[in-house]
Amino acid sequence: MKPRGYLLVAAAIVMPMSGALANDELLKLEKDPNQWVMPTGNYANERYSELKQITAQNVQNLHPVWSFSTGVLRGHEGAPLVIGDVMYVHTPFPNNVFALDLNNNGRIIWKYEPRQDPSVIPVMCCDTVNRGLAYGDGKIILDQADATVVALDAKTGKEVWKATNGDPKKGETMTSAPMIVKDKVIVGISGGEFGVQGRVTAYELKDGKRAWIAYSVGPDDQILFDSKTTSMGKPVGANSSTSTWQGDQWKIGGGATWGWYSYDPQLNLVYYGSGNPSTWNPVQRPGDNKWSMTIFARSPDTGVAKWVYQMTPHDEWDYDGINEMILADIPVKGKETKALVHFDRNGFGYTLNRETGELLVAEKYDPKVNWATHVDMATGRPEVVKEYSTQAGGEDHNTQQICPAALGTKDQQPAAFSPVTKLFYVPTNHVCMDYEPFKVSYTAGQPYVGATLSMYPPKGDTNLGNFIAWDAGNGKIVWSDPEPFSVWSGALATAGGVVFYGTLEGYLKAVDAQSGKELYRYKTPSGIIGNVMTYEHGGKQYIAVLSGVGGWAGIGMAAGLTKDTDGLGAVGAYKSLANYTQLGGVLTVFALP
Amino acid sequence: MRWRLCGAALAGVGLLALAGAAVLAAEENGEKPYTVVDGKVDQHTYNGWRRYTESCLRCHGPDGAGSSYAPDLTESLKHIDEDQFKEVVVNGRVNVNAAADQVMPPFGEVEDVMYYLDDIYAYLKARADGMLDRGRPARIGQQ
Repeated sequence: MKPRGYLLVAAAIVMPMSGALANDELLKLEKDPNQWVMPTGNYANERYSELKQITAQNVQNLHPVWSFSTGVLRGHEGAPLVIGDVMYVHTPFPNNVFALDLNNNGRIIWKYEPRQDPSVIPVMCCDTVNRGLAYGDGKIILDQADATVVALDAKTGKEVWKATNGDPKKGETMTSAPMIVKDKVIVGISGGEFGVQGRVTAYELKDGKRAWIAYSVGPDDQILFDSKTTSMGKPVGANSSTSTWQGDQWKIGGGATWGWYSYDPQLNLVYYGSGNPSTWNPVQRPGDNKWSMTIFARSPDTGVAKWVYQMTPHDEWDYDGINEMILADIPVKGKETKALVHFDRNGFGYTLNRETGELLVAEKYDPKVNWATHVDMATGRPEVVKEYSTQAGGEDHNTQQICPAALGTKDQQPAAFSPVTKLFYVPTNHVCMDYEPFKVSYTAGQPYVGATLSMYPPKGDTNLGNFIAWDAGNGKIVWSDPEPFSVWSGALATAGGVVFYGTLEGYLKAVDAQSGKELYRYKTPSGIIGNVMTYEHGGKQYIAVLSGVGGWAGIGMAAGLTKDTDGLGAVGAYKSLANYTQLGGVLTVFALP
Repeated sequence: MRWRLCGAALAGVGLLALAGAAVLAAEENGEKPYTVVDGKVDQHTYNGWRRYTESCLRCHGPDGAGSSYAPDLTESLKHIDEDQFKEVVVNGRVNVNAAADQVMPPFGEVEDVMYYLDDIYAYLKARADGMLDRGRPARIGQQ
């Protein structure tokens, strides 16, 4: 009797949890600093490691110990994973995946090479980048360029299932890294420059069946809003998206979801942002264009939105809201808070209460940001400066000296958070622009942009980037290291008091977490747009990063942003990146002697 | 009209050759597809810059200067003529092999490119001929 009753109880406990096994596994693995189990470091997107063999005192002895050529020339974003004794490395198109044996000098255990129609290449916005893989339940998940989601057996590299997540003929492609939450694979879609209807989709981890799909723009049953969905603390009500678009423009309204995903297991919410409304010509799409440029908090089980916050209503500058949402428990203006911290393309660093969506802090994280004076904390809306409004300027008018440029003060390259220093380490762009909107027509699968851009550093400055430390509780820059080019590499913070990032010339740099002082640099074979990661193997801490210049950073920066004779007093900054680095994907792994 | 001509050219090589021959004759007479006076350009060339930015910049970089994955057109247009240029724009080009994965999509059915193909060519040719600097070109008769 007794044993049977015990067994029944055990079964009752195990049964409802069986679907959540991958989640439990990942919740455990993400706490193991020896591994790097998701591209974002952990569910909170901290990009922080407890490893501390490498310290501010000894990091100057760091040196490369092995490297691996990916054989691909395009821009290499993202970072490899380390699960146990195996490292998983991804590449840009053709999206090859390598499993490397860390016990055997990185010998290739298996290689996966998808067959994709090359016609997808030119419909990818800005180079054929890919931001990484997800691991869960013995599977490696890959988002292919052609919008196919593939699950591979982590041991053999054999396909387990495939799902079609979009149509490249309509400009729908994939560049972002998937995230596994509970028994679901959460994936986004790219194509904001092609007039896609942005969305997030959840697939069952076990068989790739679609569980739910939540659009960024459209009717309530497509965006999965209900009567309880709030914005700025109030229910948004019915038709909150469609009422902010003229006619059917929302059907090609953008709001792509090509950035990073985070997850709070206690609150059971997934966080991410949506991209630009289509087209870039604001005159062609009157209204707030909800919910483009928005932070979403959704249930991973149903996709229903709990809260949303639109940062840039009626975008006029291409300030996509897709950058990472870092979940950190920090004091905000003196009060301990479950915060969500987000460094938006629009140049404001936002701190929100991640449970309620309440806006707590919105401050400029580059003092040169000028398109808005401030964010109204009661309404959440930016106070737009008319001089820099491309809507006010209208079609065929060149609005000049807007800061930041369309690249944003930061693009997708993720920031890091150290729970020790309580600081956020942010790779930034320091670039301004002229922007001239003009009328365009929509053709499926063709660029739907409708604006010209010229980019250059802010007046009086010569640096195109900064690497900064940010106090998100008060919205203040703590220190700022100028960089000659945009910092297009994701940062890594460590318990050793060292913060790492890469530069477009190809340097891996280590700086002091407290002061920002440079402690170490090494020039890798190509410019770095990948994210720095760390792991421990055989009792030794390693630092790894993908180099391989490209992406948005490879556009224009390869040839220099603009002419030397613009008289902006910044001739040095226009020196072409091509003078510093060439193409080619290489993973470089560093350790102490 | 121009749209229809380009559409016809796509179908009939003869027409394309005819149109090309006319242009060739014009160039032989020393006529350029663009007008540049004191660094300022005519409306067609200016529009070419704008349409270039719309449809070509994401790969070929600002001002035709190339990117890490698509050729510098100010160099390319020194080596190919107008016919060859238009043929590539209309039909696209694929260069995918062990060392490269470059694909130029066909623009033959894209209005915003085909309507303004002469303008785009004029702009890029002015750049390739060294007649026009980088950045937004100023227009003749406008500030």
